[in-house]
Amino acid sequence: MISDEARGRLDTDAAEIIARYPRSRSALLPLLHLVQAEEGFVSDDGIAFCAAHLGLSEAEVSAVVSFYTMYKRQPVGEYHVGVCTNTLCAIMGGDQILAGLRDHLGVGDDEPTPDGKVSLEHVECNAACDYAPVVMVNWEFFDDMTPQSARDLVDGLRAGADVAPSRGAPRLVTWKQAGRILAGFPDDQATGGDTAGQPTLAGLRIAREHGWTPGDGGAA
Amino acid sequence: MTSVLIPTLTAHWDDPDSFTLAGYRRAGGYQALPKALGMDPDAVIAAVKDSGLRGRGGAGFPTGVKWGFIPQGDGKPHYLVVNADESEPGTCKDIPLMLADPQALIEGAIIAAYAIRANRAFIYVRGEVLHVIRRLHHAVAEAYAAGYLGENILGSGFGLDLTVHAGAGAYECGEETALLDSLEGFRGQPRLKPPFPAIAGLYACPTVVNNVESIASVPFIVKHGADAFAALGTERSKGFGIFSLTGHVTTPGQYEAPLGVTLRELLDLAGGVRAGHSLKFWTPGGSSTPIFTDEHLDVPLDFEGVGAAGSMLGTRALQIFDETTCVVRAALRWTEFYQHESCGKCTPCREGTFWMVRVLDRLQRGQGTDEDLDKLLDICDSILGRAFCPFGDGAISPVVSSIKYFRDEFIEHSKRGGCPFDPEAATAWAGGR
Repeated sequence: MISDEARGRLDTDAAEIIARYPRSRSALLPLLHLVQAEEGFVSDDGIAFCAAHLGLSEAEVSAVVSFYTMYKRQPVGEYHVGVCTNTLCAIMGGDQILAGLRDHLGVGDDEPTPDGKVSLEHVECNAACDYAPVVMVNWEFFDDMTPQSARDLVDGLRAGADVAPSRGAPRLVTWKQAGRILAGFPDDQATGGDTAGQPTLAGLRIAREHGWTPGDGGAA
Repeated sequence: MTSVLIPTLTAHWDDPDSFTLAGYRRAGGYQALPKALGMDPDAVIAAVKDSGLRGRGGAGFPTGVKWGFIPQGDGKPHYLVVNADESEPGTCKDIPLMLADPQALIEGAIIAAYAIRANRAFIYVRGEVLHVIRRLHHAVAEAYAAGYLGENILGSGFGLDLTVHAGAGAYECGEETALLDSLEGFRGQPRLKPPFPAIAGLYACPTVVNNVESIASVPFIVKHGADAFAALGTERSKGFGIFSLTGHVTTPGQYEAPLGVTLRELLDLAGGVRAGHSLKFWTPGGSSTPIFTDEHLDVPLDFEGVGAAGSMLGTRALQIFDETTCVVRAALRWTEFYQHESCGKCTPCREGTFWMVRVLDRLQRGQGTDEDLDKLLDICDSILGRAFCPFGDGAISPVVSSIKYFRDEFIEHSKRGGCPFDPEAATAWAGGR
């Protein structure tokens, strides 16, 4: 349920999102991120909200929701954990990590733990293969994982420990807070966190060791 | 010794503030933009054509030629859309670029928009990369504050608005027309071509869709001239590109080199395949490009060289697998990915990938037959060239190529009634790195 109080706020946000685009329907994906940020999933209320703002039918909005895997029609955990099991990560150990977490947490895909803290999903390639095997939490990178480090990670999340991604914001945000960023309302953490991990810089460092001078930057 | 690597786009990624406007300027950024704005837009298009830059998102279409297809004086709004939906399995270059150096992308986007006479541009970034999305918003805000975006940029009279748009999880949206449908607020399914986006793209208006790395390469071309770019690479594959070495390699990561470098050269620099192991198979450009083996270590990694050897340069996603890896398992997992991500619009891809998974799964469990292999290839043949978009052709690549090089291994599974490989031996923690 979207409360009347929330509806007032969301109406303002929705107007701002719609104003970003030459045609209003382009606002549908960010609007869905916005309602997911409010309720933690895309509810029937959320669908009706988007439909009303864009002059679409609820069926038209539902058809879009069901196409994209990041929209959830049921509540997930405060921390949604995605284990990459595409081929490279799977072979590097992603399969063992996912099996271990399923066993440890006792939940199926997109199903939250009874305390509502953590849910689990297998995800496809997340463009971090040089850090394989990779685990995502609320779409932040946790690199070079093992079954044990993944287990420690979810235990920490359930215990309320301070958890920081390998490359990402200094402070891990909740699933709902992540939704607002996806809707185009970023928090204040853009300048925090590392810019690049070791693999990102591997070629640059080796080139320097050989004295191969930079091509003076795409910038440069 | 001549330089094997040539850090250019990657040159400043280790500066702690490389992602800020100040850091980018200190590294020489935003020097190309005033130069471009002082040129005729057609001269900018000509420079990009002359540089020989070809699309870095996989297909390799000449970027300047694409820009030249935009009709001018047609009275319609024009759009630039940056494809930042990086999702091709194994591909991991655009994400670190946007994390470390988003201003290079923005400067390139402003120049590209000026060239094609677009006053609106969008960065369509995949949703599953939260910190990249933060960095992009931050960079766009800094560029607006500095007068690089908005009205009358640097007093040129040219104006541009740039919007960061997050996707919601769909591999298919990397295909340019599916991306446009998604950006218009629909399911991300491909459109029939022609008309191409240059004629009828976003909102049926002339649109250029370019990959992140393509656009980020534009400031170099403008600043240093087309010849400086064209001096690198090979005859028909010009310039530099980011090669991503991943998997069973001693030092995985991003290696920027002129096109035409070989895997042998890159592996030598990266310390080779992980200690005590040997190369079994690899992808030259993501999972949609047919696999190679140790026979292909000296293939020049440019569009022509890789094509002549039976694969595609794709996104230069060099996924390295050593002898501990079961090729049937790898092919099955990629096929499961394609089945999961098939947008469902056309029958050969939707139904074909579904049946491929079933046959491969049986083979992997050692319950298949020789006839299953023929059936699998028959299904692949029914998809090839018959799907709506390149997804279908990509989906069969790992299967057809792995049977081509490792047919005996598929049969061995059936003979033994199971998989002969130990998955633990292939893991990152099994040692060797």
